[in-house]
Amino acid sequence: MTLLEIADLQVSFSTRRQTVYAVNGISYDVEPGETLGIVGESGCGKSVSSLAILGILARNGRVTGGSARFEGRDLLEMPDSQLRRIRGRDMAMVFQDPMTSLNPVLTVGRQLTEVLRRHLDVDRKAARSEAQALLERVGIPNAGDRLSDYPHQFSGGMRQRVMIAMAIACKPKVLIADEPTTALDVTIQAQILELLRDLVRSEDMALVLITHDLGVVAGICDRTHVMYAGRFVETAPTDELFAQPRHPYTFGLLRSVPRLDAGRAQRLEPITGAPRDLTERPTGCAFAPRCAYATQASWDELPILRPVEGSGPSGGAGRRAHLVACHNPVPQADLTAAGIGRGRQGNA
Amino acid sequence: MTDSQPAARPDALVRVEDLKLHFSEGGFGRSRSVVKAVDGVTFDVLSGETLGLVGESGCGKTTVGRTILRLYEPTAGRIVFDGQDISGASTRQLRPLRRRMQMIFQDPYSSLNPRQNVGNAIAEPLEVHGLAEGSQADRRVRELLEVVGLPANAANRYPHEFSGGQRQRVGLARSLALNPDLIVADEPVSALDVSIQAQIVNLLEDLQAEFGLTYLFIAHDLAVVRHISDRIAVMYLGKIVEIADADTLYNSPKHPYTRALLSAVPIPDPQVERSRERIILTGDLPSPADPPTGCRFHTRCPYVQPERCHDEEPLLRPLSGRESQGQVAACHYAEDIEDGRLAPREGLVVRAEPTA
Repeated sequence: MTLLEIADLQVSFSTRRQTVYAVNGISYDVEPGETLGIVGESGCGKSVSSLAILGILARNGRVTGGSARFEGRDLLEMPDSQLRRIRGRDMAMVFQDPMTSLNPVLTVGRQLTEVLRRHLDVDRKAARSEAQALLERVGIPNAGDRLSDYPHQFSGGMRQRVMIAMAIACKPKVLIADEPTTALDVTIQAQILELLRDLVRSEDMALVLITHDLGVVAGICDRTHVMYAGRFVETAPTDELFAQPRHPYTFGLLRSVPRLDAGRAQRLEPITGAPRDLTERPTGCAFAPRCAYATQASWDELPILRPVEGSGPSGGAGRRAHLVACHNPVPQADLTAAGIGRGRQGNA
Repeated sequence: MTDSQPAARPDALVRVEDLKLHFSEGGFGRSRSVVKAVDGVTFDVLSGETLGLVGESGCGKTTVGRTILRLYEPTAGRIVFDGQDISGASTRQLRPLRRRMQMIFQDPYSSLNPRQNVGNAIAEPLEVHGLAEGSQADRRVRELLEVVGLPANAANRYPHEFSGGQRQRVGLARSLALNPDLIVADEPVSALDVSIQAQIVNLLEDLQAEFGLTYLFIAHDLAVVRHISDRIAVMYLGKIVEIADADTLYNSPKHPYTRALLSAVPIPDPQVERSRERIILTGDLPSPADPPTGCRFHTRCPYVQPERCHDEEPLLRPLSGRESQGQVAACHYAEDIEDGRLAPREGLVVRAEPTA
């Protein structure tokens, strides 16, 4: 049985005047010990999709279709009481800004023991010592003393560690981390990513990492889904995705980010235009207005995810599949001309 | 300290000498403490170059930028703009110089008046300085909008009607209105999505080529800074720890902090990521109100030594016995580290995983 399996998830938000179609049918699955990346820019629906899975959407948000099976049971069909038992115990989430998810008037120790006592059958004393062990696990110095501190007494990086400690308190099988390092300095980001890597390895946890940062994805994810306007436009093993991006949006993202190892010689190629308005549902490809490869078909017909042609054994089925939703995938010659992927590490 | 400072370069548009800026904190009965946001920095910004100023939050990089424009009163030290000492200049004396130095911000939305249309926002500096009015100003606004890649009808619209990238273009148009020599850009692209970031970075580069601008580019994102800068200064807790030209800094960093910082920047390439060595720093940034003694980095430095690091402040200096090419670093043991005579503390360096 698949640990977590999302199929054709659709989410929309209604306001008095309009409907925003935030997630328009995404599917993915994760297994224990696997790190899955969902990468996209702001407003593409990447955060909303995981809030929907955990049943914590804003009140005007609604799941309009699809399923989210955790160990076979559909989280979206489950009564709230059951979902609450899974959320925080089997599945946990870490957010970008820990200050908004920690209670400012309770000590960190109190919040940690609360999680432990709610989900596990432990007494106060055992919970306290477990809480201390958790803070030590995430690398907080003087863990014993810090239990009686309030969230504001921790620095940004330490607060994110506290959040991770709370999230892993009940040894979740799935951890969803939504931009967990975006608000942090780069040396602190490196510490947190190292911690997440270690948790996946030692606890056999499944990690779903949501980020806008292609560099973070490259360093930690086994498989990556690229999201645009509420859909996955490309999905592949991370190595394959960076070496052979076939969707014009993925290709565009890779060419628009400056690389530390490339220097001034690299000419950035921005993606023209701006992300689309999600209040309409286009008949064709949502990326068409910004795409250099768009043809009439792109405007008329919605492209679905299909295996990439001629990509050898990895283009095949299952977990190694490389799928792209595009009528006119980027030709190999253009990848080579742009120096993408293999043979790119010339500089340095 | 004065003996450590290299002489000003003749081609410097801005010379900053032992600049200090201390903020007082507290009051209301609590004991006042002093935050040494900038604590003795010396550097030049050469005419026509882009100097990148990088560092993590709280290192003082923004304060340096604002103090150069005299938005803050320096506590000590000198700021020389185009040969003129402006550290103690009065508001009135500064006025003619203000035209020549402009600033762009991370969030242009908060620096634009929501009730003022874009045309008026761009024309305002022209009017304040008495340079253009009426139809002449309108013409200049249209010209500036075109330069930054916005349609002419943008002039009649309001800031909220624009996306983040477009607003940054408005901010740029406004800062260009007075034909400045220096632009201090404080995190100008960090709030933007990656696909939009590149548009603004390219625009900044094109504008520099077209108008011969000098940039002080302040950012925490080393990849962007390396891309756009000729030279880079790295700050840590109110001090500059290293200055070098961009490629030298990347290829051969001398200060342990620069090394750690570079190794922590993710690179969008899984093969490179796997084969890199990562230096993971332990602990947090100490408080600038109570910085460590000696070398400020010694509490987190993987190469910290029992002698000198704790009690003797290292000066920014070229490394002895080698071609410096303008590279200076503030580390007592830079030579020993580079030559491999000192090893990092155990566990702080994550070796590359074996490649499959």
